[in-house]
Amino acid sequence: MQKVVRIIAMLSVISLVLAACGDGDEGGDGGDGVDCEVDQVDGDLNFYNWSEYIDPELVTAFEEQYGITVTSDFYESNEAMLAQLQAGANWDLIVPSDYMVGIMISEELLLPLDKDAVPNLENLAPRFRELPYDPGPEYSAAYQYGTTGLGVNVSIVGEDFDPSWALIFDPTLTTTYPGGVSVLNDPRETMGAALKYLGYSLNDTDLEHLQEAADLIAAAKDGIATFDSDQYDEALVNGEVAVSHGFSGNMIVGIGEADNPDDFTYILPKEGATIWIDNMAVPESAEHPCSAFTFMNYLLDAENGAALTNWNYYGSPNQASIDEGLIEQEVVDFYAETDTAEGLEVIEDTGDYEINFTDYLATAKS
Amino acid sequence: MSDVRVTPELEAAAERAEARRGFVLSLPPYIYLVLFFALPLVLVFVYSFASRSSTGQTVLQDWNLESYRRLFSPLVLEIFVRSFLLALVTTLVCLLVSYPFAYYIATRGPRVRSVLLVLVMIPFWSNFLVRTYAWRVILGSDGLVSQVSQALGGEPIRVLFTNSAVLIGLVYGFLPFMVLPLYAAIERLDWSLVEAARDLYANGWTAFRKVTLPLSMPGVVAGSILVFIPSLGAYVTPAILGGARTVLMGDYIVSQFLAARNWPFGSALSFAIMFVMLLATVVYFRAGAKSL
Amino acid sequence: MSESTNTRGVSRILGLNAWMVYVFLYAPIALLIVFSFNDNNNVAIWTEASFRWYGEMFQNAQVMGALRNSLLVAFVSTIVSTILGTMLAIALERYRFRGRGALDGLAYLPIIIPDVTMAVMLLIFFFQAFGILGSLLGLSLTTGIPTIILAHIAFNISFVAVVVRARLAQFDNALQEVAADLYATRWATFRRVTFPLILPGVAGGALLALTLSLDDVVVTQFVSGVGSTTLPVYVFGLVRRGVTPLINAVSVVMLAASMVLVGISLGFQRGGGVGAQILADPEALREEITAGGAPHAEGATT
Repeated sequence: MQKVVRIIAMLSVISLVLAACGDGDEGGDGGDGVDCEVDQVDGDLNFYNWSEYIDPELVTAFEEQYGITVTSDFYESNEAMLAQLQAGANWDLIVPSDYMVGIMISEELLLPLDKDAVPNLENLAPRFRELPYDPGPEYSAAYQYGTTGLGVNVSIVGEDFDPSWALIFDPTLTTTYPGGVSVLNDPRETMGAALKYLGYSLNDTDLEHLQEAADLIAAAKDGIATFDSDQYDEALVNGEVAVSHGFSGNMIVGIGEADNPDDFTYILPKEGATIWIDNMAVPESAEHPCSAFTFMNYLLDAENGAALTNWNYYGSPNQASIDEGLIEQEVVDFYAETDTAEGLEVIEDTGDYEINFTDYLATAKS
Repeated sequence: MSDVRVTPELEAAAERAEARRGFVLSLPPYIYLVLFFALPLVLVFVYSFASRSSTGQTVLQDWNLESYRRLFSPLVLEIFVRSFLLALVTTLVCLLVSYPFAYYIATRGPRVRSVLLVLVMIPFWSNFLVRTYAWRVILGSDGLVSQVSQALGGEPIRVLFTNSAVLIGLVYGFLPFMVLPLYAAIERLDWSLVEAARDLYANGWTAFRKVTLPLSMPGVVAGSILVFIPSLGAYVTPAILGGARTVLMGDYIVSQFLAARNWPFGSALSFAIMFVMLLATVVYFRAGAKSL
Repeated sequence: MSESTNTRGVSRILGLNAWMVYVFLYAPIALLIVFSFNDNNNVAIWTEASFRWYGEMFQNAQVMGALRNSLLVAFVSTIVSTILGTMLAIALERYRFRGRGALDGLAYLPIIIPDVTMAVMLLIFFFQAFGILGSLLGLSLTTGIPTIILAHIAFNISFVAVVVRARLAQFDNALQEVAADLYATRWATFRRVTFPLILPGVAGGALLALTLSLDDVVVTQFVSGVGSTTLPVYVFGLVRRGVTPLINAVSVVMLAASMVLVGISLGFQRGGGVGAQILADPEALREEITAGGAPHAEGATT
């Protein structure tokens, strides 16, 4: 009896290991794409998005208009979503960030866009159609965009401050602020900011430059109260820190809801910053691609696109929404700056060097 | 009662029957654990020898020991030592706080004891993140601690983002894991032995030191392990309350699986930390057994 | 205990210490309850009292869905892991059989493994398993609530086993022997002697499993699928986009529910005749039985 159990166990192990070896780096096979028509739905939609990124009422309106149910799930990191997708999870529509779209395309995990089914692609502003990770676009449609900059408490820092990354990286400044500063806990963003401050590209893979950036961060640690990718807006508004490194949407909302919004402002440092774009895409394993493309088309509509932005306060890539004046003026004004700012870069996957970014940040923190 | 003679053959047969019964009883959980734990673990072990493609995929065909070699790099060793020390201090502080507390509970009447114990558990049925964020508020510049210090005429103090905050958070989170085993051990102590010590003119402290403490050692050992092991891998609490200003083992492992998409190295790190935990467990058990 | 002032002084200090620990334990809980009634988006700045967040919570389909998923997963995984864990504990503690040592070691691993490792390894495992099952049997399986339940059971078995084993170790086999001598069948022995004795351990293990399941984030995140977001995962996500008192309200509701659950289970323990007697004073009962002359009172053998 025990022998039987043991044999079965051995066999299972061997078969699993063999299967793992055999698959190797099997991604999707890209697929030839699907043929959907405008407004065609092929079943209920499984939607995988970031939390608090879409107004539930907008989703409900879609459900009513097309008579299907939308099941929404939420993820917190591109990489976790990637892992699940590769393990065979079958969401219909996902919202990966820029660099992740690039990775997914090279791993053949996405369906090519069925442009017949998504005529509203036309509404995208030209600069959001020729993106470095997906020129065309062929596989993704921009959803919302934003920048990563600094939230500043002007009542502490003063009105005439120099809009530079020095506000978080220069210890002679930061240690004079009561409470210190908050920096994102993200290897690419934080190392990227340091690289920009030093005058390099945030996609730079020269190890010497990375070392310089790490040294900069290490030297700045005295004034850095916390590395935080979640509560940066609250920390700023509650007076916990004087300057906060963070993403535009949360900043604008956080500042807007403060008791004293005039005490705060969000700036893009003069040395340049990150511009990031989240995109809608249909995985190759989607079971209801037509519903997915229809939802994509629905969100690219001028009115719905505006509704999206007016709820989450991120940047709208939808030129039609802007032209028709559907977006709240506050948001338009806020993002107008990004259109003219210099030195904005999109984060790209650096392949093998991703490990270095992670390690250099870890070293800097030690 | 003596109709059956107990021959050696009968004894052996009875023992084999017992063993079979035990085996059968253990079979369902055994199979479950093998299937849903041991097998996946083997897979991860296999992954730790793989290499990472440019896009972060795990390529199993390229076997190497690179991941294990990296375990000994200065960065990893430093992270590990830091996590180890934090776990050690957490366990110690937790023990010091919990022992008198567990002793108090264990020496109340039976009804009161259960109520007191349940009261210890209740806070941990709230959501972990929400609890930790509540601590953020308490320890912040404008939080309870700061307000108390201002009321006493001092400066507003911010405990948040300091090492003390991390310690408070960890000790708080692991308190029940220390209190429960300690309570169990103290509760079934043979108090007559303590009485005997007092009768022999030992004072309270000596009686405690020479009788109570050694007899409650199994509880100390069990509680210490239950606190030390998870503290070794803790990273969420240190991040939220300590400001993530240093990198701990748990955080580093997560970053390998997520941000760096380097699963082979993440797997190797996981095995390394599990190995250390197993070692610590064995050492602790041996030490605990000696003092009995 | 003697009545010296020394002892009374020590007793008072211990009492004071205990009170302080309770304050320490409940400070954040009090805060989170209070702020769940805060009429402001910010969790740190108090405005005025309102039930607004509780209202919002019950209307929020996503929160309710996540809550339902969490309860389902917790309920099923707790029951299964308690049964399997208790079987494991009894088998390891009371019997000797081949493979026991290996099982003993294996049973401890889920306790020490880092969350993210377990999450990733289960994901890989399900991926490979679904692939094999797909090509062998043509089944098309995906991750979802069932895989989350399977994952939770996997780590909970060990925790339950540890707690039950601790309880088992406390009681020697004399009572089981006695029952055997009194011609009780194995099942009867289990039902009327062993089980009531280990019930506190089993209940404790079940409670622990429930707590761990309800709070699990990392493992759940990785092995979840379409429509299977659980509450802690949802809360974790909310934190990213801004902590509002909605989370506090949700937390308070779950806290209240847990307290009710525990209250019920404590009530069950009080009832039940012999079981309760034994629980109250096992030593006395044992002496009664052994004094009656059962031959194998000393030296338990396994």
